[in-house]
Amino acid sequence: MAKSPETEHPLKVVGWATRDASGVFSPFKFSRRATGEHDVQFKVLYCGVCHSDLHKAKNEWGNARYPLVPGHEIVGEVTEVGSKVEKVKVGDKVGVGCMVGSCRQCDQCTNDLENYCSKMILTYNAVYTDGTITYGGYSNLMVADEHFIVRWPDNFPLDAGAPLLCAGITTYSPLRYFGLDKPGMNIGVVGLGGLGHVAVKFAKAFGAKVTVISTSINKKKEAIEKLGADLFLVSRDPEEMKSAAGTLDGIIDTVSAHHPILPLLGSLKPHGKMVLVGVPEKPLELPAFPLLSGRKLIAGSGIGGMKETQEMIDFAAKHNILPDVEIIPVDYINTAMDRLAKSDVKYRFVIDIANSLKAE
Amino acid sequence: MAVTGYAQKSFGWAATDTSGVLSPLHFSRRENGSDDVTIKILYCGVCHSDLHSVKNDWGFTKYPIVPGHEIVGLVTKTGCDVQKFKVGDRVGVGVIVGSCKTCDICQQDLENYCPKVIFTYNSRDQDGTRTYGGYSDIVVVDQHFVLHIPDNLSSDACAPLLCAGITVYSPMKYYGMAEPGKHLGVAGLGGLGHVAVKFGKAFGLKVTVISTSQKKESEAINKLGADSFLVSTDPAQLKAAMGTMDFIIDTIAAVHSLAPLLDLLKMNGKLVTVGLPDKPLELPIFPLVLGRKLVGGSDIGGMKETQEMLDFCGKHNINADIELIHIDYINTAFERLAKSEVRYRFVIDVANSLARN
Repeated sequence: MAKSPETEHPLKVVGWATRDASGVFSPFKFSRRATGEHDVQFKVLYCGVCHSDLHKAKNEWGNARYPLVPGHEIVGEVTEVGSKVEKVKVGDKVGVGCMVGSCRQCDQCTNDLENYCSKMILTYNAVYTDGTITYGGYSNLMVADEHFIVRWPDNFPLDAGAPLLCAGITTYSPLRYFGLDKPGMNIGVVGLGGLGHVAVKFAKAFGAKVTVISTSINKKKEAIEKLGADLFLVSRDPEEMKSAAGTLDGIIDTVSAHHPILPLLGSLKPHGKMVLVGVPEKPLELPAFPLLSGRKLIAGSGIGGMKETQEMIDFAAKHNILPDVEIIPVDYINTAMDRLAKSDVKYRFVIDIANSLKAE
Repeated sequence: MAVTGYAQKSFGWAATDTSGVLSPLHFSRRENGSDDVTIKILYCGVCHSDLHSVKNDWGFTKYPIVPGHEIVGLVTKTGCDVQKFKVGDRVGVGVIVGSCKTCDICQQDLENYCPKVIFTYNSRDQDGTRTYGGYSDIVVVDQHFVLHIPDNLSSDACAPLLCAGITVYSPMKYYGMAEPGKHLGVAGLGGLGHVAVKFGKAFGLKVTVISTSQKKESEAINKLGADSFLVSTDPAQLKAAMGTMDFIIDTIAAVHSLAPLLDLLKMNGKLVTVGLPDKPLELPIFPLVLGRKLVGGSDIGGMKETQEMLDFCGKHNINADIELIHIDYINTAFERLAKSEVRYRFVIDVANSLARN
């Protein structure tokens, strides 16, 4: 008889899963592997709700395996460690982000770029090395290889800090890699959601002057007064975009919906760099002239390697950079997803797993 | 209306409307100023931009237009403040003949990105008149925008380096492609592409030509020295080459999707586009994000780098592969160029074929 999610592994776990592309969540019993010699088992305390969770739950990217337990901004407390684990001990606070495995041998892995490994294993909805499906952090217990565990800094809030494990690294990595982290630079952030608001905080911490570019004028007040942005432009207003022409050293574009990039390219200085971290499904239109005539570039970036993720968490703790979150119980998740689809959250939901998801 | 009434009479071939057909034109150029050199033109390369411009493909042509920005000639006059050149020197003029010289960008030797840049043709000169290019007998240029040609390069075959050469050399340096042992893809095998192959080999790179025309393979490998050749319309060949290239120089002038080229790049790979299609390119985002790949643009190069490029060509004995033509062949040449029927650049033998009426 084929093993069910509940019986395939020895460790009993409860979570919330979607069963089909309706994306509706309900309780789900499953199991996780026993703690191997390199594994860390931890009790999940909080898990951030990333927009990718919504995309995957509804099979918008076409590769959903149901039942699907999302969640890749997971923080918790270590309950058991394998015999060869050196990084953490029982009782330590830890985090797991978007990946739980990679080949560990290729050029990417040996350069601390596990996220670009062709055999990288995602925290949920992927196939692990033992052939079973990975389940994410909308659950009460996690088991992960210590290499993919992030040590959580002392006294750094777990609830508000959880979204850094995806939103944080996704915006920190390109700011560093593309050299957009120098004090005094002018950085644009397109889109003010989970990714965008964290990008603003990191860019300010790097000493940049930050311009938020958004479709919604009603986000302006908070952007300036609460998040510390220096300027706010409404992207659909041609006059406002024109006023910013040629002013930005770099842009972090967090928008996943299809959108025109011509005005954004225009706002870059010559030799400016635009980095896309949101993933529009259909190709965008790239006009050649503005790219060439200013020697500009457009790049993409996706999360970051484990070394850089640890560096980012430590940086955030040192500079007190915390996402703005709305804490919810797990049974609110369906309403939360509806609101997320309408961008009705400032700026990340975080599930209080420990206090709302009880093992039976 | 042609510029007339200036001190130095000039004669060339110009297009007068969007048909792009060229015919003789008398006009005039300024007197040789204190910083200027006057150059008797020997040869002028035929760049695909010339064809786009005479037909007003990009929408900013003012007629009559005398194209030509790959000019090689001999200095006949030097202004009193000219130190770099003397009469009789063999020199080149490329795509730009002026800039503000004072802004940050000019101070960094990036005159080509100066907001006040003046192009060799179809541009507004400092005195308000239109500039006329190298399909003509003489040109008068500020010494700052004139280049020395290394002795060992051929006057006719080095002309295309003044645009095609710098157009591929600059991004190859800027985007860090000059790393021996790395793998470069060159998309499109025309004027720009064939020079990119030669530079790639001179930089010690493994070079793969990516082209729609199978019949270009033999020359690409045997004559230009490419290491391999990929037919981009063959899905099996594309699949076999997926994720193998560190860099791609995309010289394709027609509208195309970047998707198949992006898939050829390794992680963190770089695609630089130097062709100028008149409509936007299709840019899929998934491959960029999943592979941290980038698409960059580049537009010729500054004067310092253009001289560096010419000196590099002198050192490595790199000339373009050309077909020498007379000026009265130019309309036929343009028709063949539109069909990519040239290996790989036409060069006009100006001195021996441009006769004043």
